[in-house]
Amino acid sequence: MSVSVKNRLRKLTLTRKTDTEFMFGFIEFIGRIISKFWYTFMLFTEELGRIILLVCSTMKQIISPPAEFKNTSKQMVEIGIKSMPVVLITAVFTGMVLALQSYTGFKRFNAEFLVGTVVALSVTRELGPVLTGLIVAGRAGASMAAELGTMRVTEQIDALETLATNPVKYLIVPRFIAGVIVLPSLTVVADIIGIVGGYFVTVVLLGANSALYWRRTWDYLEMDDIYNGLIKSCFFGGAIAIISCYKGFYTEGGAEGVGKATTGAVVLSSMTILISDYFLSAWLFK
Amino acid sequence: MIELIDLHKSFGGNHVLRGVNLKVEKGEGMVVIGGSGSGKSVLIKHIIGTLKPDRGSVFIEGVDIAKLADHELYEVRKRFGMLFQGAALFDSMKVWENVAFALMRHGKLKEKDAKEIAVEKLRMVGLVGVENLMPSELSGGMKKRVGLARAIAHSPEMLLYDEPTTGLDPIMADAINDLIIEMKQRLSVTSVAITHDMHSAYKIADRIAMLYKGEIIEVGTPDAIKNTDNAIVRQFITGSAIGPIKIEGVTV
Ligand SMILES: Nc1ncnc2c1ncn2[C@@H]1O[C@H](COP(=O)(O)OP(=O)(O)O)[C@@H](O)[C@H]1O
Ligand SMILES: [Mg+2]
Repeated sequence: MSVSVKNRLRKLTLTRKTDTEFMFGFIEFIGRIISKFWYTFMLFTEELGRIILLVCSTMKQIISPPAEFKNTSKQMVEIGIKSMPVVLITAVFTGMVLALQSYTGFKRFNAEFLVGTVVALSVTRELGPVLTGLIVAGRAGASMAAELGTMRVTEQIDALETLATNPVKYLIVPRFIAGVIVLPSLTVVADIIGIVGGYFVTVVLLGANSALYWRRTWDYLEMDDIYNGLIKSCFFGGAIAIISCYKGFYTEGGAEGVGKATTGAVVLSSMTILISDYFLSAWLFK
Repeated sequence: MIELIDLHKSFGGNHVLRGVNLKVEKGEGMVVIGGSGSGKSVLIKHIIGTLKPDRGSVFIEGVDIAKLADHELYEVRKRFGMLFQGAALFDSMKVWENVAFALMRHGKLKEKDAKEIAVEKLRMVGLVGVENLMPSELSGGMKKRVGLARAIAHSPEMLLYDEPTTGLDPIMADAINDLIIEMKQRLSVTSVAITHDMHSAYKIADRIAMLYKGEIIEVGTPDAIKNTDNAIVRQFITGSAIGPIKIEGVTV
């Protein structure tokens, strides 16, 4: 056998070997990904299961007397009044930029007269509920998770238990009720302010006809747009409260754990708002 | 009477309690000693039912509270008062609201009457004029006293203390010891204290029990414990690094 054939043969066997190796390596790689994915999936289902359990015990505690009026109103002030400035600023500028962009955009095909309709529909159906939800998730959700997390790691939640007080009833129920009531209320304000912001830009700054703007707004806006937006925001309010309380309630590991719980609460509630928004919209706005 | 029978508790793979047996008579002051992380807090949380055992029973006046439904358990808890290691005061409430918490919630007292009782209980633990402060304005020793006032506010039959003197200076620690003795004499309560402070244990205990590796390895009067033959107990009470108890990760 010539040297070149031998060399070629060796090369061939060598490639074969690396091929098999490569194949096994690839299978191992896929296996790793699957097991990692499975692990994450298990963690996720465990978390989901615990959240569902917490929702159940919250519901049970809502209907069992006595009602926590004092705590609930305190939470409503905490979530509602204190989020108001940010909600106002966000709503007015969102309405303004929406009007500005659609005015200049629609002008290209002479449809400026539709700006009022676009602003009204976008704000009441989508932007009002979602942006308000995201703001409350960032402000109130974070503070709920931090407060309950601190109470957990400093044994204040254990102390409630030893003082014969159910912590779900005392801490979570008031926050849940406040979330479900306050978020739609904030959304109503955001809807109005957003539309006013749109009016300001279109009519005052860009000089469109005022009467036409309002007519275009009212002609196409239906009560259902507003109601369905508010139903969404009720759901967002409840979800923010439950998720943030859940994260705080099950905090472990001292100050670092409180930090993680707070971040986790904001991320998970924001994701929940954005994802559930699609499905709620698909269901509500047929 | 408090009786723990064959109590087991694990957290994941960490088998903390491995068959604890302990009996505390009515009116008795029991002190449980043991190293840090030996499961003393876990033990005391089983007595008041904030942790449920994996196996075994916790009898409170003859009732196994491990088997009770939640609302029955809350009724049993009204007979307890507990002082936490870090006092665990509610930091969103004023001092007097902390002390009056159970009174207003369960006793349905009016705010004015509850505050009056709270001020009285605060006086019992040696605090005057602090009722309108927030917990964050208090020193560590004062927080423990407020925690004690909160624990005794609803006149419980049983008191639990989780490391009542840890983290206090020796004089403040001794003052807390005196308070614990006074509570026992004046209110004739059954009490369980856990601590690793031997000075405090000798002072407040009728009997001392040692928790080691998840079991109670010895129970006796302070004198009996002082003169024990058990090498493990002796090492612990004399506070020696050399002996059968090995410090994890350290070779002597
Ligand atoms: N809720 C819990 N979850 C997981 N592990 C815990 C929990 N509580 C206590 N442990 C573990 O149990 C062991 C005993 O803790 P603890 O009773 O607090 O000790 P100590 O005797 O210092 O009071 C420790 O290893 C601790 O990590
Ligand atoms: Mg402890």
